Amino acid sequence: MNVRKNAILMVAMVLTASPAIAGHDRVPPVRDPVVLRECGSCHMAFQPDFLPARSWERIMDGLADHFGEDASLPADVKGAIRAYLAANAGGAAGWRARGEATPERITGTPAFMREHRFPERVWRDPKVLTKSNCPACHSAAEKGLYDDD
Amino acid sequence: MKKASWKHSRVILAVLVTLAAPVVAGAGDNGREAILAAYAAEAKASDPSFSGFSANRGETLFRSVRSGGDERTPSCTSCHTGDPRAPGRNAKTGRRIDPVAVSANVRRFTEGEKVEKHFARDCKSVLGRPCTVLEKGDYITFLEGQ
Repeated sequence: MNVRKNAILMVAMVLTASPAIAGHDRVPPVRDPVVLRECGSCHMAFQPDFLPARSWERIMDGLADHFGEDASLPADVKGAIRAYLAANAGGAAGWRARGEATPERITGTPAFMREHRFPERVWRDPKVLTKSNCPACHSAAEKGLYDDD
Repeated sequence: MKKASWKHSRVILAVLVTLAAPVVAGAGDNGREAILAAYAAEAKASDPSFSGFSANRGETLFRSVRSGGDERTPSCTSCHTGDPRAPGRNAKTGRRIDPVAVSANVRRFTEGEKVEKHFARDCKSVLGRPCTVLEKGDYITFLEGQ
């Protein structure tokens, strides 16, 4: 009885978790002009689907030291971006598998790591420069299309 | 009749576009001049001997190599390249950067808030400190002539 219960529970967990850890080959593109302008100024405006809402909250709380950069924004702009990211964030589950519960780097998420098992020389390519430079390899990354690999 | 009115409106459109073009270009120049005027007033207030911004000083600032900031950006040219009329590339993220020279990009330095935001970020990144108002004015003056 207990074994059967556990089996059902496990199947249910896998079913619930799979949409979150499924491939991110196609994600909804960013359409908000403020988000595109502000988040797309120094790097590509990453699609909010790549992180859970709690991660975006933490990122928006730490803009004064945004991966070493002072990316502070006026309160109204920051609030609008925060709301958009939270409303369009990825699902809440499936992020802990190999990373942190609240990842701040998309490149540290289980889904990213699973899809990017490359030798170091690929990352050292001057065209790439950094793992977060999606468009270096995914030419339509800004449109949310990542299935060109 | 229908054809004539379409032709008519096309002429009006052409005239409007022709009239509007200098206005649009002028709006950018006005924005930039207003920013420079505000910086000049600030410079004068902090140093009564201030006698204007210098494109030469701006160019020196643009090309100099520093050690106080982020090691990936020791110079403005780390991202903007040695040719301000050419597109640059963010040395940290790989993101393309539109040219900083006004001749290649008329919208440069025309929005005060944007200009301040980027000076705040980039001066910290290259110099490891905020730019002085003299540096900001010199920098824009140099690139306005490029």
